[in-house]
Amino acid sequence: MRSPTGQLSVYSSLFVAFVLFTGYVYVAEVPAVAMGDRQEIALEGKQLWQQHNCSSCHQLYGLGGYLGPDLTNVVSDKGIPYAKAIIRGGTGTMPNFKLSEQEVTALLAFLEHADKTGKVSREHFRIDSLGQIHAKEVAGE
Amino acid sequence: MQRRWQVNRQLGSLYLMTGLMFLLAGVAFGVLGGLVYLFPQELRDALPFTRLRPLHVSSIVFWILFSSIGGLYLYQIKKDGKNINGYTLGHLQFLLLLTAAVTIMCCYLAGIFGGREYWEYPPALAIPIAVSFLLLGINFYKSVRREKGPWPIYRWMWASGIVFFLLSFSESYLWLLPYFGDHLVRDMAVQWKSYGSLVGSWNMLINGGAFYLMCRLSGDASLARKPLTFFFFFLGLFNLMFNWGHHIYALPVSNTIRYTAYLVSMTELLILGKIIWTWRSSLSDARKNAGLLPYRFLIAADAWIFLNLFMAILMSIPAINLYTHGTHITVAHAMGTTIGINTMLLLASACYACTRYFGGFSAAQLRRIMRGLYLSNGSLLVFWVALIGAGVGKAVLQVQTPDLPHALLMQQLRPWFIAFAISGVGIAAGIAFVALPLLQTLLLRRAKPEQQPQPEKEIYAYE
Repeated sequence: MRSPTGQLSVYSSLFVAFVLFTGYVYVAEVPAVAMGDRQEIALEGKQLWQQHNCSSCHQLYGLGGYLGPDLTNVVSDKGIPYAKAIIRGGTGTMPNFKLSEQEVTALLAFLEHADKTGKVSREHFRIDSLGQIHAKEVAGE
Repeated sequence: MQRRWQVNRQLGSLYLMTGLMFLLAGVAFGVLGGLVYLFPQELRDALPFTRLRPLHVSSIVFWILFSSIGGLYLYQIKKDGKNINGYTLGHLQFLLLLTAAVTIMCCYLAGIFGGREYWEYPPALAIPIAVSFLLLGINFYKSVRREKGPWPIYRWMWASGIVFFLLSFSESYLWLLPYFGDHLVRDMAVQWKSYGSLVGSWNMLINGGAFYLMCRLSGDASLARKPLTFFFFFLGLFNLMFNWGHHIYALPVSNTIRYTAYLVSMTELLILGKIIWTWRSSLSDARKNAGLLPYRFLIAADAWIFLNLFMAILMSIPAINLYTHGTHITVAHAMGTTIGINTMLLLASACYACTRYFGGFSAAQLRRIMRGLYLSNGSLLVFWVALIGAGVGKAVLQVQTPDLPHALLMQQLRPWFIAFAISGVGIAAGIAFVALPLLQTLLLRRAKPEQQPQPEKEIYAYE
């Protein structure tokens, strides 16, 4: 690996592998979420999530800030009325963002979309013999 | 020729000074963030966490970018003694990055967002950052294009840092395209893929400077050309490219992505093995060079590399990650690597540059720097342990009482938050002790002419 050619060959091989793997990640299958005519409003909700920087306190799939709870499955775990009440009025630690009704609906649609992509809490996973984790199969899904 | 030296010294010091100011701002915002953890209700409206967190994170990111680029401008020297010859491009690059950084801070203060975690500013502000890195790439290319023979390792690291920053920074904006942005899981997978490589890219920029320093301090230029050094460089590059999937084990992505991450992250065991294998000789090197100021910072970084690597390998095992993910253990790892490794390496570089190019320190300044080094590292250890404690506590509570409301969970973790908030003040004070004399030196003595060549040990001895 002392010669420039040797170094360049190793570098180029790694780079080619990186490009191929990147391509794979881009086209790999992801869960299809049927939102019907609510798809557009869910995307609006995603924009609102970013515009209010919700991820500074909340997580989706465990990624984000830890001052507030993970919201991936808040819709199925706590229900829409609960989520709606908190988004509307805030809590002791969460400010009231003074969102309009349309914005509250959009954020809820986004959280509903997130909820439909998968489950995040630990009891929904099993560990295989290699130490890898897999989502448990749920009857009827 | 002298003018070229001056140009790059001036540029290098500009970058270093700006970086140090962002570092001071970053730790100050961090202290305020710690207060919010202690008094979330009382400070909810006065210090909104939605603004504080990006202010803290982005300040530290800009500290890393500015100071590592500063090192590049100071150390990238051609064989014939020329520096990067790009007065206009270099200054334009600086201005673009500075304008973007200041505008981003103003946006956060005003509560204007639109991006995503870590790059929360409106996406248009990514353009000047990307262009500034493009100009850095051009400057770097101009400085090395006529080089003959194999490159030393630090030049590979700098080149990789620039190229992969541009690639992964651009990739982190693919969410603007509907194909990525409209599918949450694909979007998050690509987001964390790009972030993993992005962190790897600035690590390359930092490590390039640190390796250059090690060669200079030891007086052994062959360090940068040994096959084993190259082996570990390529292993690091391999991890930069493929070791990001541990962030998204819980995300419903393909098994190929998750197994690749698992396998690749286990190659870090080789790096851990090397640290343990060479521990005795590292210790004797440390004893031999303990009198050199920058070396002290390198020793501190070494200790943090060991601790955080061990932690990273454990966290990369999916069965363990299932419990650590989404807890403060992740924050402990991020803080340990950013403060313990990156910041210590960059401060080593800044001490080296101040001593070599900008007149050095007075005895009082040296004492303050040493106090700062001990205070920041001692406090970081308490901070790190407190975050791990909070993370373990959170995981245990979530497993034992899955229905526990989040507010009650946070209340139970309060003792850990008190420890991390207090030790956070210690880190900030320690870093200020180090950064202020560095800033003073750069501000007051940057016009001093190049010193006569002296043996490294005489230049950097602090006592």
